[in-house]
Amino acid sequence: MFSEELKKYDWEETTRLIASKTAVDVERALSKEHLSIDDFMALISPAASGYLEQMARKSQYHTRRRFGKTMSMYIPMYITNSCTNACVYCGFNRHNRFERVILTPDQIEDECKAIKDLAPFDNLLIVTGENPYAAGTPYIEKALQTAGRYFNNLTIEVMPLSEEDYSRLTKAGLYGVVCFQETYHRENYKKYHPSGMKSDFEWRVNGFDRMGAAGVHKIGMGVLIGLEDWRTDVTMLALHLEYLRKKYWKTRYSVNFPRMRPSEGGFQPNVVMSDRELAQLIFAFRLFDNDVDISISTRETPHFRDHIASLGATSMSAGSKTEPGGYHTYPQALEQFSVSDERTPHEVADSLRAIGYEPVWKDWFNS
Amino acid sequence: MDKLIIGGREFDSRLFMGTGKFRSNEEMRRAIEASGTEMVTVAMKRIDIQNEEDDMLQHILNPKIQLLPNTSGVRNAEEAILAAQLSREAFETDFLKLEIHPDPRHLLPDPIETLKATEELAKMGFIVLPYVQADPVLCKRLEEAGAATVMPLGAPIGTNKGLTTRDMIQIIIEQSNVPVVVDAGIGAPSHAAEAMEMGADAVLVNTAIAVAGDPELMAKAFAKAVVAGREAYLSGLGSQKFYAEASSPLTSFLD
Repeated sequence: MFSEELKKYDWEETTRLIASKTAVDVERALSKEHLSIDDFMALISPAASGYLEQMARKSQYHTRRRFGKTMSMYIPMYITNSCTNACVYCGFNRHNRFERVILTPDQIEDECKAIKDLAPFDNLLIVTGENPYAAGTPYIEKALQTAGRYFNNLTIEVMPLSEEDYSRLTKAGLYGVVCFQETYHRENYKKYHPSGMKSDFEWRVNGFDRMGAAGVHKIGMGVLIGLEDWRTDVTMLALHLEYLRKKYWKTRYSVNFPRMRPSEGGFQPNVVMSDRELAQLIFAFRLFDNDVDISISTRETPHFRDHIASLGATSMSAGSKTEPGGYHTYPQALEQFSVSDERTPHEVADSLRAIGYEPVWKDWFNS
Repeated sequence: MDKLIIGGREFDSRLFMGTGKFRSNEEMRRAIEASGTEMVTVAMKRIDIQNEEDDMLQHILNPKIQLLPNTSGVRNAEEAILAAQLSREAFETDFLKLEIHPDPRHLLPDPIETLKATEELAKMGFIVLPYVQADPVLCKRLEEAGAATVMPLGAPIGTNKGLTTRDMIQIIIEQSNVPVVVDAGIGAPSHAAEAMEMGADAVLVNTAIAVAGDPELMAKAFAKAVVAGREAYLSGLGSQKFYAEASSPLTSFLD
């Protein structure tokens, strides 16, 4: 299990190691075909900030070689904001007072139809809060069955499940599982996730092993940028990915780097990542792992998305609503986070075509 | 148009041909014609200008074709320079394929003598196309010495093994400021296409065409392969250059 592996890496020591990287380390990393974790650390270090153009060039090359000039399109569908956790940065925190929604199968069907009216999406990301009693595995399974009539490629972003439940859902047509570790800082993790199931660091971080063991086709990973030193966190993420790849080699992987922005009221990020830093991170990840799918959500601006599309990103959401029922049933409910790219899916697709990229809506057949 | 320029002369065809090993001069002539080649190499030692009955040259000469005399048979720079001077006189051309292989078995080129001879011959006004090992450093040295092209070998001559020196040829192509012509070892049209896809400026083929069951048909096949490989390269396939440019075209959106 990865929680054991993670103990080999000291947080403070890793942070110091990254800070000590020099231009020589960056150049060595840039000259290599296969990067070690040390090379990765060099590329995300401040020493690499002057090498962005070279990194972009290499990232673009590897991305095109592996993925072509295409962008996989997906859309999230929130089916419940009911949650038993109290994550300090999240709008779905159980202490926040607002009316909770658990969509019925009929409502889910309406949402699916509304999404299909938007654009020919075939990759659906079903998102829930964590309420194992009212919206547990049976509820998710039912949602998959309903959505499966409209979409071939189904991914869930839900609470960590047991290996048995991942197997069960995979048999019910599930393709992928997205789960963000949020942070790999074991001690501080508890500060951000003080109660509920999510406060259990081990259960969450080992969830990826359970996905792999259950034969989930694709595992989505990520850290929430804004909690801890992002450089150290993404290094742990890279180690985690490397660990999973060796162990669950039949699985495909994706990474995502949601970043929190300062906002009016609510939780303020401890660290703020600039566009340059996010681009540097995407390039570094692409060089570290040529095959990983890098997903860019509508948290990012149209300007950033239109440019990163040809430099390393390989999948994008568009037209996203981050509240349950947002496409049809409850268009005004509370959002989990606010989107920065409010363009319609067709507008996003047109922007991709304008830079010579093909938006790919369907790339899977669910037998 | 996508022309290859060597020694001030433009070439439409990027397939160079050798003239050894054919069953007959007539078969060679048909193969040359079918290949569309505009650069044909011939061993000086093979041609007897005085002998009216040796009509090999008559089967090659054509206004579209640049004759490329080669120094095959010489063993060092001194002999090569002497041969070059005779060649210029006999064939009335400054074009010269410089081959110095003291080893009669594998015909592997002597890098040291080749570099020495290139320096001298370039000063004497020759358009020197040296045949060399696929050695990136040597190719840079030859370029500095005034070579018009470099002609690294893909595999030992006559082996038809293809690009066994592929990685080195890739580096040579990336580094070179003069045309790179892959010479020797190309045994099949797919090898020629591969070299062209990598960015070679031309290929030189002899044995694979000369000893084919139907040399004329094989020459046509090579011609197509060279064009296909070139077009693939031009379309942007497989560029492996990551060198930064002064401007920041990819990341200026972050400013």
